[in-house]
Amino acid sequence: MNEKELIASRAASLLQPGWVVNLGIGIPTLVTRFVDMESFCFQTENGLLGVGPAPEEGQVDPNLVDAGKRPVTERRGASFFDSATSFAMIRGGHVDAVVLGALQVDENGRVANWAVPGEPVLGVGGAMDLMSGARHVIIVMTHTAKNGSAKLVRECSLPLTSLRPATWVVTELATFSMDGCQLSLVECAPNISVETVRARTEARFQIRY
Amino acid sequence: MESQAGREDRFWARIVSADEAVASTVRDGMTVMVGGFGLVGAPLTLIRALNTSPCTGLTIISNNLGEPGKALGETLRLGKVRRAIGSYFTSNRDVAEARARGELEVTLIPQGTFSEAIRAGGAGLGGFYTPTGVGTLLAEGKEVRQIGGKMYLLQEPLRANVALVRARTADRLGNLIYYKTARNFNPMMATAADVVIAEVDEVVDVGRLDPEAIGTPHLYVGYLVRAEVRI
Repeated sequence: MNEKELIASRAASLLQPGWVVNLGIGIPTLVTRFVDMESFCFQTENGLLGVGPAPEEGQVDPNLVDAGKRPVTERRGASFFDSATSFAMIRGGHVDAVVLGALQVDENGRVANWAVPGEPVLGVGGAMDLMSGARHVIIVMTHTAKNGSAKLVRECSLPLTSLRPATWVVTELATFSMDGCQLSLVECAPNISVETVRARTEARFQIRY
Repeated sequence: MESQAGREDRFWARIVSADEAVASTVRDGMTVMVGGFGLVGAPLTLIRALNTSPCTGLTIISNNLGEPGKALGETLRLGKVRRAIGSYFTSNRDVAEARARGELEVTLIPQGTFSEAIRAGGAGLGGFYTPTGVGTLLAEGKEVRQIGGKMYLLQEPLRANVALVRARTADRLGNLIYYKTARNFNPMMATAADVVIAEVDEVVDVGRLDPEAIGTPHLYVGYLVRAEVRI
């Protein structure tokens, strides 16, 4: 299992069977590989509740895609709806969990995941609605940026997506949860020590496991 | 039966070519809503007609501006778009370049707020308060109000002069049925413009559509155009 798969599999284990789950683009899409699809109901904000697996070759319907514009299928019992209805579900707290990538998370669990450094801010999509409305927010990301800098920081230098904190943050090194408004380490990945996690984390955190 | 059909035709939508529909409704400087999530559910035949029309200085309300050089991406390259209002323009690098050259004004709205603003525009509402975006860059200039202990932003409604929407099937009246995830923003946009042009795969006789399945009731729809360009 590579790093991203490790993160996705850990995030998958946080999902409770019976939940309605929305998956963001990037690492979140890998989550479906590690869950029993029958135990969850996947929602995509472009208007489908009951997202099924990718279609077989030759069975692609160009008008049936997920929010990452990848071809998908519809599960038995699926429903289609417009975007306003879809975001009413999300904002109204009817979606149990969203799994999203992030660029930075601060020590209060607040997330920056929509404005990329050095580029004009031209896309937000559904990130702010999902962050403000889903009942549980699971952030999945590599522990550090490509240049080695910390992504779990004291204060986000990039624009925040929401003032509402994440519920969990999963990296290849560790899993954190929000305990009140304090970031807490709840699990280290196999063969990873607390010291290793601490050395690569700028944010202050409690240890609770 | 015949006399019933005879009275019915006064409610019929006009079936026209895409060029005719655009030429008779869109004028320079107008605000045009265009359905679609990327190219999915975008009225590609109507967009082609828009691109070959002389109209310019347009404000486009659409989730994206197509892909580079494709659909609304071509509209942008042709220099017809003065302002874009939507949620996600990152997938078309031309948007950043046009904006940097000062040729394009971009208004970014979170996707849920964007779709609801169009719904509000069509429903005669003066706007709504949403928790989405509170405390972020996109809250700048927006009224903040505390309701029941929670903070909300005021979002004003969005409306347009013309809406170009895509559906699968219409009847002669203009009742529309949508298809899978090609539905997206189309039903709201079909309510929020002075003139609505729907591009469809087929137009059937009145009575052929299941009234329980109608996504857009006919009173919104003025023109019907048969789809020639497909995704």
